[in-house]
Amino acid sequence: MELQITALKNGTVIDHLPSDKTIKIMDLLDLGNKEDKVTVAFNVDSKKDGKKGIIKISERKLSEKEMEKIGILAQGSTVNIIESYRVVEKKIIKLPKLLKDIVECPNAKCISNIENIRSKFELEENNKIRCSYCERTVAIEEAIIK
Amino acid sequence: MKESRKDIISMRDLSKEEILHILDTARYLEENPQAELMKGRVVSTLFFEPSTRTRLSFWSAAQRLGAQVLGFDSPDGTSAKKGESLTDTIRMASSYSDIIVMRHPNDGAARLASEVSKVPILNAGDGSNQHPSQTLLDLYTIQKKFGSLDGKKIAFVGDLKYGRTVHSLAKALTHFGAIMYFVAPESLQMPEYICDDLEKSGIEYYKVEDYREILDKIDIFYMTRIQRERFPDDEEYEKVKGIYIINKESIIGKCKEEMIILHPLPRVNEIDVDLDNTPHAMYFEQAANGVPTRQALLALSLGLVKKLGDE
Repeated sequence: MELQITALKNGTVIDHLPSDKTIKIMDLLDLGNKEDKVTVAFNVDSKKDGKKGIIKISERKLSEKEMEKIGILAQGSTVNIIESYRVVEKKIIKLPKLLKDIVECPNAKCISNIENIRSKFELEENNKIRCSYCERTVAIEEAIIK
Repeated sequence: MKESRKDIISMRDLSKEEILHILDTARYLEENPQAELMKGRVVSTLFFEPSTRTRLSFWSAAQRLGAQVLGFDSPDGTSAKKGESLTDTIRMASSYSDIIVMRHPNDGAARLASEVSKVPILNAGDGSNQHPSQTLLDLYTIQKKFGSLDGKKIAFVGDLKYGRTVHSLAKALTHFGAIMYFVAPESLQMPEYICDDLEKSGIEYYKVEDYREILDKIDIFYMTRIQRERFPDDEEYEKVKGIYIINKESIIGKCKEEMIILHPLPRVNEIDVDLDNTPHAMYFEQAANGVPTRQALLALSLGLVKKLGDE
């Protein structure tokens, strides 16, 4: 059966999400608790991804920080900005080299968990990030998102 | 190391050339005492955690270069005990002195201090993370003994999980093609984030539980104390304390003649005193090397001798 989703007049479409992470990303963006009009689809057939998830949010743009958070779970997904039913901007979600205040350090003795400061993580090879303070590495998929 | 600042926070920040330059400077200052190099300068030593050797040798280093020293050796009686943040304490201390030497129980505290301080920060140990000045004096000792740091086979023995000295030294030795043996029970083995760095550098390392398996292969036996204060509970500590104890009988005739035993000290019982007078024992000389090494760090960080990294 063909998927039917109402076209979005103004807002944001997050596309090419891993289907199994779509709910997590909704939670991450706190979409269930706000008044945004949201349309969600899972297990949508995709030539590129096999199965994918899509989230459409009406009348809202995502902040840079929100896009970085999505990047922790779904690098390579796309964010389309829609105005008057047209895509005016398309961004591919990538993690920046330095993640500021996005991830909590899992090391309880790290100073970033003691002092009132922003956490900082640097992107490493092998899908890991490293705390700029205590130098511990964490697999991106295991990162605790703030 | 950042060009604009001369903090010493982690061995991860120092290139091979910078490390060798620090050691050359230490040798120069040991052979050519400079009693007035830091005249008129004030060094703050902020020790939020106890220390004997590190604090005293930084004091000695500063005073031998003509500096004055102020500070505390425990957070008792300071504003930190009243709940003052580390960043506030550092902002205050950085306006009272020209350079800050800091030890702190939390990992990453020195990095944070360097972000808010107006003056250079020398990390004298941050939790179980890094202890760069110890590493540099370890390297100075190894270089003095063997003439070079290249291609050494080293066993790190004891508490490799919580021991910041072994984390720092392992990282530094990646520049020198060392072969490393990590001798510890599984519960105290070298953390994954350190091993990640070694793998990235193509370093050969092995995890073993019994040092006797590799004793005849190594140039350096780096013993560490099982640190009660870093264990989350006493039960875990009781399981592993005293697991590695070496003495004359276990070492002499079973290792290379020129093998050296290093230890960041203090020791409890892991090295028997009967080894102290053997040619293998280098731990007291190692501790003494803390003074010229820390002189070099103070002088270089303040730009009083040739800049780090300059030819």
